Amino acid sequence: MVLLSLLAAVTIGIVRLRNLFAIVILSGIYSFLMASVMIVLDAVDVAMTEASVGAGISTVLMLGVLYLTKTEESAPVHSPALPLFVSAVTGAVLIYGTFGLPPFGMADTPVNTHIGPDYLAGSIPQTGIPNVVTSVLASYRGFDTLGETTVIFTAGIGVLLLLKRLRRAEPDK
Amino acid sequence: MRLDAILRITAKFVLPFILVFGLYVQFHGDFGPGGGFQAGVIVAAAVFLHAIIFGLGQTMRIVPPIVVEIMVPLGVLVFAGTGVAAIMTGLNFLDYSHLAHDQIHGQEWGVFLVEAGVLITVSGTMIAIFYAVAGRDRK
Repeated sequence: MVLLSLLAAVTIGIVRLRNLFAIVILSGIYSFLMASVMIVLDAVDVAMTEASVGAGISTVLMLGVLYLTKTEESAPVHSPALPLFVSAVTGAVLIYGTFGLPPFGMADTPVNTHIGPDYLAGSIPQTGIPNVVTSVLASYRGFDTLGETTVIFTAGIGVLLLLKRLRRAEPDK
Repeated sequence: MRLDAILRITAKFVLPFILVFGLYVQFHGDFGPGGGFQAGVIVAAAVFLHAIIFGLGQTMRIVPPIVVEIMVPLGVLVFAGTGVAAIMTGLNFLDYSHLAHDQIHGQEWGVFLVEAGVLITVSGTMIAIFYAVAGRDRK
């Protein structure tokens, strides 16, 4: 509860502030808080990723981009009414959706009764890996992970193409 | 960065530990939390720290951009190559059971290679994007 209130406070800070440097630092703090929430939920792998990507790498990249641009956000040109309406409606629909979910950690939900127990029981005899997260990620669902790696590869190549082309075009001017 | 003795010495002191922690997360992922994604990001973060403290030129001499750009597709190739190797042993794509003398060791090898592929692509992509962003000048 304390973590969630802090998350809300940081979010309000990000929305209210106009100084981009402060916003980047607050986003880093937000990621650290999110990582703490993930640890509370026992998702240590996700927490590790959130802390290193969200708080570490993206903060550094944002600061690098900030060096190339101005540090003050320009005033919005549109009225904030429509975006506010869209996000309020989306939030309300999402909260309404959570009422249909089973309570957190229930043992007899489809998630916990379908194929999960097979993985839990089969991980040691079939793969010899005690950490079921790793055996599911790399062995049982290796195809999905190959897809994820390809997504990272494609995204990286796309970003590199955009940035490199800009850099190469500059000396011609 | 001439006068920041504390920063430079602390970074020199911390960097090996970050790299070793990255390797620990990579190779201990079978037993504890972690794996290729997390380890790749941690290794990339170590390179970022080096670039921030010692300057981009120094870092590019240690980790040349061409190596990083080769790493990006290399990891995917290692991953997919492991899958093809599994087909060679007579099983389905990415079924590692026949990669070694018995099923457990085959799975161990397969997971190791696949995680190595993920590590290479993730860290390569992160560092390549960082080089591309940080290497540009303010207009």
